[in-house]
Amino acid sequence: MKREGCIPQTSAVQPQKKGNALLKRTRIRARQSAFVPNISNDLAVSLLHLQGRYSSTAHYAFECKEPQTIPIQYRYNAQKVLPNIENLHLFNAFHEDASFMGRNATMPFGNTHNLLKMNYSAEQEYPDLSQHNNHMAKIITLEMYADLRDKQTPSGFTLDDVIQTGIDNPGHPFIMTVGCVAGDEETYEVFKDLLDPIIEDRHGGYKPTDKHKTDLNPDNLQGGDDLDPNYVLSSRVRTGRSIRGFCLPPHCSRGERRGIESLSIEALGSLDGDLKGKYYALKDMTEEEQQQLIDDHFLFDKPVSPLLLASGMARDWPDARGIWHNDNKTFLVWVNEEDHLRVISMQKGGNMKEVFNRFCTGLTKIESLFKEKGHEFMWNEHLGYVLTCPSNLGTGLRGGVHVKIPNVSKHEKFGEILKRLRLQKRGTGGVDTAAVGGVFDISNADRLGFSEVDLVQMVVDGVKLLIEMEKRLEAGQSIDDLMPEQK
Amino acid sequence: MAGSFARVLSSKRKVGILSLVGAGSLTVGFFMNREQHVSAGAHVRRIYPPSAEYPDLRKHNNCMASHLTPAIYAKLVHKSTPNGYTLDEAIQTGVDNPGHPFIKTVGMVAGDEESYEVFADIFNPIIKERHNGYDPCNMKHPTDLDSSKIRGGLFDEKYVLSSRVRTGRSIRGLSLPPACTRAERREVERVVIDALGGLRGDLTGKYFSLTQLTDQEQQQLIDDHFLFDKPVSPLLTCSGMARDWPDARGIWHNNEKTFLVWINEEDHTRVISMEKGGNMKRVFERFCRGLQEVERLIQEKGWEFMWNERLGYILTCPSNLGTGLRAGVHVSLPRLCKDPRFAKILDNLRLQKRGTGGVDTAAVGNTFDISNLDRLGQSEVQLVQTVIDGVAYLIECEKRLEKGQDIKIPAPISQFK
Repeated sequence: MKREGCIPQTSAVQPQKKGNALLKRTRIRARQSAFVPNISNDLAVSLLHLQGRYSSTAHYAFECKEPQTIPIQYRYNAQKVLPNIENLHLFNAFHEDASFMGRNATMPFGNTHNLLKMNYSAEQEYPDLSQHNNHMAKIITLEMYADLRDKQTPSGFTLDDVIQTGIDNPGHPFIMTVGCVAGDEETYEVFKDLLDPIIEDRHGGYKPTDKHKTDLNPDNLQGGDDLDPNYVLSSRVRTGRSIRGFCLPPHCSRGERRGIESLSIEALGSLDGDLKGKYYALKDMTEEEQQQLIDDHFLFDKPVSPLLLASGMARDWPDARGIWHNDNKTFLVWVNEEDHLRVISMQKGGNMKEVFNRFCTGLTKIESLFKEKGHEFMWNEHLGYVLTCPSNLGTGLRGGVHVKIPNVSKHEKFGEILKRLRLQKRGTGGVDTAAVGGVFDISNADRLGFSEVDLVQMVVDGVKLLIEMEKRLEAGQSIDDLMPEQK
Repeated sequence: MAGSFARVLSSKRKVGILSLVGAGSLTVGFFMNREQHVSAGAHVRRIYPPSAEYPDLRKHNNCMASHLTPAIYAKLVHKSTPNGYTLDEAIQTGVDNPGHPFIKTVGMVAGDEESYEVFADIFNPIIKERHNGYDPCNMKHPTDLDSSKIRGGLFDEKYVLSSRVRTGRSIRGLSLPPACTRAERREVERVVIDALGGLRGDLTGKYFSLTQLTDQEQQQLIDDHFLFDKPVSPLLTCSGMARDWPDARGIWHNNEKTFLVWINEEDHTRVISMEKGGNMKRVFERFCRGLQEVERLIQEKGWEFMWNERLGYILTCPSNLGTGLRAGVHVSLPRLCKDPRFAKILDNLRLQKRGTGGVDTAAVGNTFDISNLDRLGQSEVQLVQTVIDGVAYLIECEKRLEKGQDIKIPAPISQFK
């Protein structure tokens, strides 16, 4: 049917484009419709890569019964594709119906599928980061982008997936966000050229060769059971854990996320003693349960921060998300929020030792329960526990107290004191909130390069000092002799 | 056999094999070997059967949720367009936005032109529902941009305050906003600015890139009500169209501020022709002329718009297929809007009302935005004629009510001509 009043248009099937990208794609498509056997494996592999179909190579191997001829290691490299390709061993089915082959990169958010960007040069694809202030924008260069952009992790996470959140969120002149996320454990390996400098920048000079110590033995903590309850209102330790073999929240499929949830429910369901508890799935919650969790300050809601949304971690909300807590309401696990698991131990008052005790016991128990089922946590001796955000690597631990320090907090050297004690302050509403009534959330500033015991020790010692300073200032005395050394 | 097979191949191959055989013997061997690879740190991508991946749509009210059965999902989930766009990406916005009991959104987008072919099994029922029964399998969409066919279209300015026609166009060969790469988006910008730069006469104009707006330019565009900002609606952001904002986004308008093009917002281009007053005929004439000029200019450089005879002009959202055209007026109807028959009259005339702030706003005073309901199945000329005839009828009713006479509900207009 003609279009009236318009210039006649050629058929959609064979467009007469002069645009470069389209020409290339048309050529590729024309070739793909020809089934020609006996192509060299290298070419087939490279071309299959061009479509990002690793699994179809597996099919090819299976069909040809020559698994040993498929190169064990290859990665996509546009240069491997020869210009005059005579023979293509590409099945028509690759295009439209790969149901008997499966696919590799599933459930991406935005970029993962998109290998057609290799038709454009690195300059053409390079993001505009001129207005940006985050770690990723500070570290990445065009050369790095050109080098890494054709790489993928085995699950199909690409460089653009890593950095998308940093591109979409230029940041703030005063607050330096990280600007990148990991989609799976291998992200930190495949994109180490970008992530190592970012980790070094964010974690106080942590080198790619450094080793991280993990210490979850609560007996190694000295003191901590005697923080003055007149000042310390509550104590809390949190961390995150990722289950090895599953993709992280920015990249996981619905099936994976549900798998993580059911594994977690199973493991947590086996906890007993004072850790015995109950799971509340976000999508099946009753009104009363929801209200109770809000009153307990346990409920987490769908993230609204664009920093999180842009990474893709909020997809399919609230599917497979939930909260588990023990009957005493002192041990809490968030499932599939920003990480696979977020583990929190907390109670009113200043007995940090008890909080840390429960934390370590609970974590160790959960880890062994997972191991019984054949799963372990993502961990390695360089990066410690692997989590979605590079800022949470190592221990992923934030141990802190809500402490009433109206006088110290007004002191001119407050910032300096915290810096030397390696502590940070937040408002009692959590990150990015202001303090109310002189009550501050004081916690460790570090995550990586110190063990769990080291960090909680710093909090315990630091808060003790702050309380002493507060008492001095209350009595009108000076605190100059109490000024700490840089830790 | 399974053991040695698994050993020879790297973990990547396992993925394909697992998905190949499903619950076959190879899987058993695969799982048996998985243990050692899991602890060695080699990642094994888990492929679940479609039933495990199927989204939970029980609380959802959108077109996608109404039509995506587990069977269709299982059939389409492993397919992808030649560019690599998948079903899960297309439906993500519908999964993330359950919708509202009263407002049924579409819940699905296209990442490129081929999406409508590859995922036809889900797109076709959605199109049929959204476009009031238009069946892409056996109906053809007429395209007609010959504005000389319009009859009437000059309204009394006492009632009609402004007239506007908008549509969208996509550049064939480049992915749509949910899926496009940065370079493709920049290419769209380059191609369109190039073409718009060739417009002459009353269409001569200027481009304002969102990344380089000066403060004065920004203020001027806000005052003219031309500026569009980064979308905040999760319906849009969940589809991925707001990535890399504001890279390669911009606004072009002619010097007279009656012809406006948005670049890389929800579609490659959104074309708007508008002016104050009631001369809808002139607005549509400029609209057609501008569109045809732009099409001619891009064709000179070897590009063309996405179009086919089943679906008309291809745009990101299935609700905008066909003409993608919304022709409307801001009209003041103080008496008619209070008449209980108002909704029925609009319905029979195949018109819809919105507030003057646009979609999902309330009317202010007694001024309404009245525009065509349909997009697909009727040509541009037919739709604009429908609006013109309909608004003329509404003004007639208003005049009769002013004089104290009674009004009649018109006979319903047939939908597909």
